[in-house]
Formats: sequence, C-alpha cells, structure tokens
Amino acid sequence: MKLSFSAEDEQFREEIAAWLNDNLTGEFSKLKYRGGPGDEHTYPKERQQWEKKLAEGGWTCVGWPREYGGRGCSIEQQVIFFEEYARAGAPGRVGHIGEGLTGPTLIAFGTEAQKQKYLPGIVAGTELWCQGYSEPGAGSDLANVKTRARFDDASGKWILDGQKVWTSLAHESDYCFVIARTDPDSVAHKGLGFFLVKMDQPGIEVRPIEQITGTSEFNEVFFDGAECDAQDIVGAPGEGWKVAMGLLGFERGVSTLGQQMQFQNEFDQVVELARRNGAGQDPAIRQRIARAHTELKIMRYNAMRMLSGQSGSDGSLQKEALIYKLFWATWHRSLGELAMDVMGPECEILEGGPYELSRLQSMYLFVRSDTIYGGTNQIQRNIIAERGLGMPKEPRVAVNQAVK
Amino acid sequence: MEFAFTEEQEMIRDTAAAFLAEVSTSEAIRQAMATERGYDPELWQRICGEMYWQAIHVPEAYGGMGLGYVEVVAMMEQMGRYLLCSPFFSTVCLASNALLVAGSDEQKSQWLGKLCAEGLTATVAFNGGVNRWDAQCVTASYRREGDAFLLNGDYRYVIDGHTSELLIVAAREEGSQGEQGLSLFLLPADSAGVSTKWLPTMDQARKQASVCLTDVALSADALLGEAGQGWTALSEVINLASVALAAEQVGGCQQLLDMTVDYTAERVQFNRPIASFQAVKHKAADMMLQTEVARSGVYYAACVAQEALEGGELAAELPEAASVAKSYCSDAYFAIAGDALQLFGGVGFTWEYDVHLYFKRAKSSEHLLGNGAVHRERLAALLLDTEDVA
Repeated sequence: MKLSFSAEDEQFREEIAAWLNDNLTGEFSKLKYRGGPGDEHTYPKERQQWEKKLAEGGWTCVGWPREYGGRGCSIEQQVIFFEEYARAGAPGRVGHIGEGLTGPTLIAFGTEAQKQKYLPGIVAGTELWCQGYSEPGAGSDLANVKTRARFDDASGKWILDGQKVWTSLAHESDYCFVIARTDPDSVAHKGLGFFLVKMDQPGIEVRPIEQITGTSEFNEVFFDGAECDAQDIVGAPGEGWKVAMGLLGFERGVSTLGQQMQFQNEFDQVVELARRNGAGQDPAIRQRIARAHTELKIMRYNAMRMLSGQSGSDGSLQKEALIYKLFWATWHRSLGELAMDVMGPECEILEGGPYELSRLQSMYLFVRSDTIYGGTNQIQRNIIAERGLGMPKEPRVAVNQAVK
Repeated sequence: MEFAFTEEQEMIRDTAAAFLAEVSTSEAIRQAMATERGYDPELWQRICGEMYWQAIHVPEAYGGMGLGYVEVVAMMEQMGRYLLCSPFFSTVCLASNALLVAGSDEQKSQWLGKLCAEGLTATVAFNGGVNRWDAQCVTASYRREGDAFLLNGDYRYVIDGHTSELLIVAAREEGSQGEQGLSLFLLPADSAGVSTKWLPTMDQARKQASVCLTDVALSADALLGEAGQGWTALSEVINLASVALAAEQVGGCQQLLDMTVDYTAERVQFNRPIASFQAVKHKAADMMLQTEVARSGVYYAACVAQEALEGGELAAELPEAASVAKSYCSDAYFAIAGDALQLFGGVGFTWEYDVHLYFKRAKSSEHLLGNGAVHRERLAALLLDTEDVA
C-alpha cells in the first residue's frame, strides 16, 4: 500500500493547476464555484464558452484514448485533473454528459461513423448532450420505458413519440441520447433501442420543471414525431438495454474525486460559518461536524481503494464501489441539514425576494435529490444486497402485459 | 498510488485467516474466555514460535520481522474476525509500540528482543479509571528521589494487566497537570510494590485488570523516553493502538455481516428465506456499507501509522487519521452487532450462538481508547478551535 503519486504525476498536477490559474481569469472569474448540480441554471452560456476554452487547452475528455481526441491520461492523472479542477473552483462542466457518458458509450458500442460524427464536437466543447432515460412511469423501474420508436420506411428514419423527464441541461443541449421501445409488443428490458437524437427539431419540446429551489435545471422533454436518422441508433434495435446499462457503468469513476473536492468546499463553508457564529461551540454541532468530516475523509479513501482495485476487467464492481452512491448521497443530504442547523434561525432568512436562496440554502434543498436520482437509496440497498451480498431478489408480481 | 494490499500483504492476511479459522473456533474461544488468564498459553507459544506474529513490525535489528503497520492492521483485522483470545493487542499494539516510539536503543534491544525471542507478554497501563483518554486520564504519580523515581497510584482498564510479564506505566510528576510532567516507565510485573488484579468483564474474550503501585522504586534506566515528556509518546501509542483496534473492529464487522447473510439465507419464515425480504436486505446493505467504509478508513490510517513509525511525510496526520478510523469503526461495529443480533432473532439472544460474543466485543472496543464521541471531539477541536482558519 502506498499513498503517494509519482513524480511524473505530480508534475502533471502542477501543469493543470498552472493552466487553471492562468485561464480561470477575466471574463471567467465570475464562474468560480458556480454551476454543477443545484446551480446548473447559473451562467449556462458563459460556461459553454469556458468549455471551449478548456478544449483549446486540451483539457476536455482527458481520460479518452488519444485516437478519439482525448488526452489518454492514466487513472492517477484523471484523479489529479478532477481534484485540481475542483480545487481551483473551476465551474461545473456543461459538457460532462457528452464527455462522461455519450463518448465512452460510443467508443465502446458505437459504429465508426457515429464516432466520427459525434466525438469531435464533444472534445471541442461545442456540442452538448443530455440524457433521455427516466420517464414519468419509468423511474426506479427504468425498464418500464414507454417512449416508442418506429422505423418509417418512407423517410428511412426512426420516429419517436413519448416523454422523458428529469433531463438536465435539455434546453442547452444539441443532442440527447434516448432509450425507446423499438418493439411495441415487448416488455421490460427487452425490445429497446438506444438513439442519438438532435434536439433542434420540430418534434421535440422542452419544458423546464420548477424545482424545490424555485429554479429549473431539469426538464421534461416531449417527443411528438421526432426524427432520428437510421444510422443514429447505437447497437441493434432491441439491444438498447445492454447499451444503456453499459453507459451507467461509466457514470461512476474518477470524476467522483472531483465531486468530493466540491463537497469539501461546501463542508469548509459550513465549518467557517460555525467558527464565526458560535455554533462551533455547541457540543451537539461539534459532534455532527466531526462526523461529517470523518465521513468525507473516508469517502476519499474509499474512492482511492476503488480506483486502485481490480474492478472493470470483468465489469463487476468491487464492494467499495457498490456502496459508493448510497454513501455519498446520504452524506451530502446530511451536510445540507447540518448547514441549516449551524445557521440556526438565520437559515430561514433569504438573501432577497422573492425566493433568492444563499448557496448553503440552495444546497440544503437540492441535496434532497441526491438520494433519489441515479438509483434511490432504496434501490441502491437492493443492489448492494443482491449483487454485493448475494441475497435473493424479492419475489415479483408476474410481469405485466406488453406496453400498448 | 496503490491503495490496496500488495500480494505479499494479501498472503500474510490469508495465512493469518487460515490459521485463525483452525485455532480460534467458537469452542476454543469459549474455553479460553472462561479462564482468568483469558488465553491458551500453548497457543500463544505456538503463535510466537511458528507464526512469529509478536515480532511482525519490530525491526530486524531487534530480532523482529521488520514488516510495517499495514501488516499489523491486516492481522488485527483477522484476529477481530475470529475473535482470537491472546495477548497480541496488549503486547504488540500497546507495549511494542511504546518501546518503538519512546525506547532507547538499549531498551529496545533488551525488551523487544525478549518479546520476539521468548514471547514475553507486556502491556501499557495509563488510565486511572476515568472516562477520558487524554493526558488527564493519567492519575498515578511519581516523585524524584535523586536519580530514582518513587511511583504510587492505580490503573484500570489495563488490557491483560494481570498476566503481562512487563508493564509499561504512565505516571505524572507530583503536582503536574494536563500534558505536562508525564513520564513512562518500564516495570517488570513482579517488582516490589506492584499488585495486579483481574477485573471480570462483560466481554470475556478480552481480559482487563487493575494495577496498583505502592511505593514502587525505579532506577533511572527504567525511564522510557524523557522525563516529563511522556505525553507525546503516550499519545502516539494511543493513536497507533487505536488504529489497530479499529482494524479489529472492521474484522468483527465483516464476520457479523457474513454470519448474518448466511443465517438469513437459511432461516425460512412465511415460506421464504428471510434474506429475500427487503426489510432484511436493506439492513444487511447498511451493514455492508458501514463495513466497507470502516475498512477504507482503517487502511488509510494504517498507511499513516506506518509513516508515523518511519518518520514519513504523512506522520503528522496520525492523530486525525486515528480518530477518523476509531470513531467510525467504533460506531459501525456496535451498530452492526446490534443489527446482527436483531436479524438473528431469538437465537441471537442465546449464549449458544456466537453473536453475543461479537456484540459484547463491539461495546468493549468502542469504549477502549475512547469511543466515537471522544474521537469526534478530538477532530472537532482540530477543525473548530485552532487559531488559523484552514
């Protein structure tokens, strides 16, 4: 066991830190610590400019292979990149869905033509992606997708009808990847397709969802005869589930260390406030602050174990990876509560009307989503028990009828 | 960055696990814990003679194996898992560490040599029977008489204090307070004025004792480290031992989790294994989460502890890493033990099943060297009471 990085990696750290120090200036200064979950509605256009700036410096898609325009960084270097990015307070990425999800999925499952068509725009930071998975009736039961895709022989295109929900950045995005049912008589995870759909077309309507925070960063996306070119289905019709699940595997990874740095920034704000307003002398608050600190520290060690481990070769997750989502989501939710309790009665008072929340207030409300999206805490516990501990599935009610 | 066991470390762990599975059976634990000594001396001699565990992190210069603290932690995890009854924790994790941290070259040669070659048992006595684990827990005192020292006072919660051949005791100079004036002394248990007494404990698998010193006269060469500077050494020993204890706690967590998963798979109610009920699965999932998180905290602390012993760059992190590990593991072990007992249902409440052994160990280890709240307060002080804002 060894905790230090190599000299070469430390040099890489200096390189990215220096680049951020030189470039996160001027017009981009105001973007520091902005964006990301809970603050996604802030400066969307400016953050798109920042995305291009990153691309010019060669700092997008650092973990992708060089042949696809990436930087070919090792796991250690990716860790360092995300750590330094967050440490510098660089803004939440608007290109993260394309970089983290679409790209790896196409590299793994896409055709050569799809790679050539879509990867360069992601690397250049010019084309943004959103994710069309959840539906009103397909949340935890994701396979219960009802959006339909039928192939129209006349036009030679796929025609999509249905509705997606909880689509973040949909109104800013150029493309959406969508799972839709190609076989109308199919049920559950069979008969699905994985589509790459252009957002700017008459058959698509985006409606923002007003959230608990009063702001909107998630959307509903309505497909009403939306078109998708025949060559823009990933995998064969009916194989969408396999692609979709492969994609979810890319969701956990090295970027978690950057997320932790953001958590650290939030935690530091809470500690700073507790020192200032006297809450830090309350024994109960001290215990909670120390507990949050303990778990945040271990979150990092856990991620280091995860990244040092041998998972991935056979696609199976190690135990420390299986518990990760449940752990960080629950931690973050508690941090929100702690932040309000450190503020005391002042936590009620807004920065301004009609509903202008401070960063901590916004965080407190927004973190309620962490234990819901990407697999609720309850679904996570099922996954841990079934895959991690080999416990039997709960007997299910007989599979329902085909979607009509 | 390689935050995983090396192949050699995995081999050490697996060898320990295989050996313990054979010798530390439920029957063996129950036999040992029923005795006042608390362990099987023949087994301890076998461990020292064949396995050489007592020497694991002692440098080769003093007759040890020269391995690191990560190896100690890997073995403690397995001992916690199999609930080995032995003087390993007191001898290796308390006394050896005290010698390594504070001993002169001569003291190390003499005592670590005996420990490695002869299986000498030893422990550290410092807590005067108060519910705290900072410098104020030391209530025994000493008076200088020329070059010599005269010690008086009582200790409680001394692990294996009634069977250890060598005692390392902490005492404060008369009239001193807090972290000032503390010194450590080497004291063979058969010295005049030393009396030790077994304290029956709820967790019978680890023995505690009281030690009473009445006008114990010690010459200057019994002093371990510098006079009056003992807290620096003792606090490091407490931190190192806390990391080892946290590893034992992780082992206990894992064993309880495994036992519970096996039991709930076999136990049928309502015509199905109770493991298929989400109410049961979700509890088991939380147990696994706590076990893995605890393990990550301990492995990191093990690396830091190793650097602390070697004077590495992370050495200064030891107090924090030890408190992070000990606070999380203490709470996790007890929570998991409680959940395991609950999921075993009625049989978990019996003497016959082993759950109660772990349930009792969990509470014992939680309070030893400071429970979760004590260690969180240490962390809170680091975060909230320091002058300069981090």
